[in-house]
Amino acid sequence: MSARQVMLIRLALIVLLFALWELYARFVSTSSLVAGPSDVALAWWPKVLGEPGVRIAVLVTLVELVVAFTLSVVFGMLIGILVGLSNIGRRSVYPVVLLLYGIPQAIMLPLFVLVFGIGPAVKIAFGFSHGIFPVIVNTLAGMRNVNRLMVTGATAMGATRVQLVRYVIFPHMVATVFAGLRLAMTLTLLGVVLAEIFVSQGGIGFYTLAYSETFNPAALMALVLTLALMAIALNELVRLVEARFSRWKD
Amino acid sequence: MRHDRLIVHSIQLTLFASVFGAWYIATNSGVRSLLLPPTDLVWREMQVLWSSGRLWSAAVVTLNEIWQAYSIAVIAGIGVGFLVSRSRALVRIFEPVLTGMFAVPLTLFFPLFVVFFGIGPESKVAYAATQCFFPIALNTIAGFANVDELYLRASRAMGASSLSQFRYVYLPAALPVTITGLRIGFFICIAAVLGGETLAALSGVGKSIALSAELMETARLFAWIAYVVTLSVTLNLLALAAERRGDEE
Repeated sequence: MSARQVMLIRLALIVLLFALWELYARFVSTSSLVAGPSDVALAWWPKVLGEPGVRIAVLVTLVELVVAFTLSVVFGMLIGILVGLSNIGRRSVYPVVLLLYGIPQAIMLPLFVLVFGIGPAVKIAFGFSHGIFPVIVNTLAGMRNVNRLMVTGATAMGATRVQLVRYVIFPHMVATVFAGLRLAMTLTLLGVVLAEIFVSQGGIGFYTLAYSETFNPAALMALVLTLALMAIALNELVRLVEARFSRWKD
Repeated sequence: MRHDRLIVHSIQLTLFASVFGAWYIATNSGVRSLLLPPTDLVWREMQVLWSSGRLWSAAVVTLNEIWQAYSIAVIAGIGVGFLVSRSRALVRIFEPVLTGMFAVPLTLFFPLFVVFFGIGPESKVAYAATQCFFPIALNTIAGFANVDELYLRASRAMGASSLSQFRYVYLPAALPVTITGLRIGFFICIAAVLGGETLAALSGVGKSIALSAELMETARLFAWIAYVVTLSVTLNLLALAAERRGDEE
């Protein structure tokens, strides 16, 4: 099967799914909780995105997400590289990080709110605490994947530690680290959105709560899909940057 | 090697001790106990939760949700994954779709789950089952679709029936990847149930945590968190040990 055919079938499936959803919402469901795709599309503009409050809320979430993601990448890679430079460091810290990573962080959310208040700080902090772990884990894993021979070779030719990281270790870490960065992007958004929904003071959380409490599923779905599209776009952005950094391989 | 291990463990122990040390010093040097309760107070709250039965009544609700959500996700995930893996075309059509959906944080949709399924356990079960369906299905596909063609052809040439081919070729080849998916899915399931409970629920561990924060009972909040952390660390250590044994075999 050609790539074109695969794409066409995939598209047809998605269209079919939407059609079924629309039919169900229109003719079968009698519940006021189900909104078809056409209702959602109608609610999208001007009702949801046309409202200035919603637009500001989406923008604020985006800013929080970017700040939290940047912080997790910077600190995560810093910790990962510092720890990963020595074998003993990696072996002692890696299992600890893995165990911390495995803790369901949602239970810490009320604690974060107590410490950071209800402003953007708590969302950034919670996003950061979600995003930093995959970055650390994958940076450590990536440093391990570097060919020993090349490290020895570079050292023998007189590379300094900085040069070693910049020219040998870093290029080889790209694939693993970016897998971590994509995961970190998803998890950061998870953290930010969890905090947004939990605190719900005028942000995205406030509107999702308002829409679900007033039984307005079309508007709720429109808002949720906006955020989902944002998530997909950001993921693609990370993928583009990854392609740029792994160009040396071809 | 032996010497290395000693250093590794002592570093880990130092990390662990310094966290508790910092906590102890902080509470004794005037950090408000509303933000950081003293260690002994948290310990007492843990005992109170244990003996008053509050821990158990919340845990039963949460464990029930986890168990239900996980069973649904395992059955659906392995079923869908296996069916999709039966044809190369199906894999090419569905796998990218599933991967793409897995990348979207489903937390965004949690309010929708609450609207549809109510505030009771059903919304948490549905939410958690949806979340952990994806890694299970994706790993099942990865496991069953990537069995070496050579083995399949060889076993067929040697006259294996499709049942024995499944038993002796597919299953051993696909199991490790599928089990990884089951493990990832299990931890996602726990996190999703607890997260859902923290956001909107009537009872359960997550709800109790959110409630003690709302009532500013920080010591109790820490006690709950300590229980969940202990449980998740234990489960993770068990999973890690099981995996290491699997690697050695």
